[in-house]
Amino acid sequence: MSTRAGTAADDQFYREYILDHYKNPRNFGRLENPDISHEEDNPLCGDVIGMDFRVKDGVIEDIRFHGRGCAISQASASLLTERLKGLPLEDAKKIGKADVLGELGIDISPARIKCALLSLKVLKVGAYGLAGNDEDEE
Amino acid sequence: MIKTLDVETIRKDFPIFKTGIAYLDSANTSQRPRQVTAAMVEYFEKFNSNVHRAAYRIAEEATVRYEATREKVRDLINAASTKEIIYTRGTTEAINLVAYSWGRKHIKHGDLIVLTLLEHHSNIVPWQILAAEKGATIEYVDIDERGELRLDQFQKLLEHSPKLVAFGQVSNALGTINPAQEMVAAAKAAGATVLVDGAQGAPHQGVDVRALGCDFYAFSGHKMLGPTGAGILYGRRELLEAMDPFMSGGDMIKAVRIEGTTYHELPWKFEAGTQAIAEVIGLGAAVDYLSALGMDAVRAHEREITEYAYEALSDVEGLTLYGPPPSRRAGVISFSIEGIHPHDLATIADRDQVCLRAGHHCAMPLMTRLGVAATARASFYVYTQKDEVDRLVGSIKEAQRIFK
Ligand SMILES: Cc1ncc(COP(=O)(O)O)c(C=O)c1O
Repeated sequence: MSTRAGTAADDQFYREYILDHYKNPRNFGRLENPDISHEEDNPLCGDVIGMDFRVKDGVIEDIRFHGRGCAISQASASLLTERLKGLPLEDAKKIGKADVLGELGIDISPARIKCALLSLKVLKVGAYGLAGNDEDEE
Repeated sequence: MIKTLDVETIRKDFPIFKTGIAYLDSANTSQRPRQVTAAMVEYFEKFNSNVHRAAYRIAEEATVRYEATREKVRDLINAASTKEIIYTRGTTEAINLVAYSWGRKHIKHGDLIVLTLLEHHSNIVPWQILAAEKGATIEYVDIDERGELRLDQFQKLLEHSPKLVAFGQVSNALGTINPAQEMVAAAKAAGATVLVDGAQGAPHQGVDVRALGCDFYAFSGHKMLGPTGAGILYGRRELLEAMDPFMSGGDMIKAVRIEGTTYHELPWKFEAGTQAIAEVIGLGAAVDYLSALGMDAVRAHEREITEYAYEALSDVEGLTLYGPPPSRRAGVISFSIEGIHPHDLATIADRDQVCLRAGHHCAMPLMTRLGVAATARASFYVYTQKDEVDRLVGSIKEAQRIFK
């Protein structure tokens, strides 16, 4: 993976924007009376992510996420909500693993892939009722 | 006087350290010395064959070496007879064997099984399955704020005459050394059958099963310098004799007839099919290695490293330690760091070649009780050096710098 960074800003894995999304998560919290609400966890490391959606005329009008876990799972959720807000559900449906990993923009080791994709699982299972899981399918 | 370990010399027996890793995950699985792999390679290259079956010399040699491990293990844990030493794949299989062969016969509707909140999943799930099948109840002994078992509560539960009491000698998640002797005596006095999970006990504390007085004792070779795939169930002969087989098929029989089958005698009654021959031979070499070091010296070294690590970690700001003080724990330290998830810490440590465990350590009921989802865990063994602990502290500081 990466070499040891001189400063936090040039760490190849814990990039500044990832740490920023971890420490200052966007769209964090709960929605009152959401149209859709779903939560998933990764029992192995105890990561939990839940999302509340407000959908109007087929568009994700508002979104909030909650949960706890490692920097990768939380930053990935925060990034995903930014992308989802204002997006038609039909378009949100097309978001896949490659998109989420691309957005994170770092090399994810097999041990951490579940962390990175937990929020996508919440989106898939919650918003579309797609069968849960899993990152092995592709 | 207790011998001290010459760690520098010991490390020369472990080629893996040439890679430069700081290995702090021995409670998960230990490293293996050259002597262990050499014993296995010798079998593969010089007398590879099946045991107990063939009438030629290399098979006899294989059988002798394979069976020799039984005597070494018997001696290590001071069992009365090699008939009481059953080869299994590990602790998990050993406990499942007891749950299946002893449990299905003796646990009845309404019976009580007593476990503790410190247990590894492998000493919980087989009992949950058995209890569900039989309509038995399970009660769990709680821990106090130091991560030690509530013995007052244990005593109370014993008043309800449990059929079975099962607990770990040492907690893999917190390192807590349980007062096993006292607990076994109390449980036996209450009329219970007692299983001790020795997965973390046999490699680090050692055991004398006759002095301990338990009915069953389970442990894994891979946590005590041996290879994966070979472990031990010790059982008191009287109980084993009365139990039906676990797995059935070849090797565990005396005679198979259309009208019915008679089982082999102990210990082979419980060893169906071709066994992990090389691994059992490797385990024998591991026992030799540990015996040569001396379990007293092993314990003394671990205590020293644990005290050193406990001190070093206590000095780190924002670090929370779980479990008892170092004098009352084995070489395991679970901790968390404010604002940094254990997985992130492990990822950062990994970049410094520091192997650290992060997660629930197969003890989810305990994690729930502690109110945490996961912890980071450092664990030590005969080859652990203070330098490795220093490197861990370095990685923690690096993580804190990144996450500040
Ligand atoms: C206390 C305890 N019990 C049981 C086990 C299970 O051992 P194995 O996976 O070798 O069967 C472990 C291993 O992590 C353990 O630490």
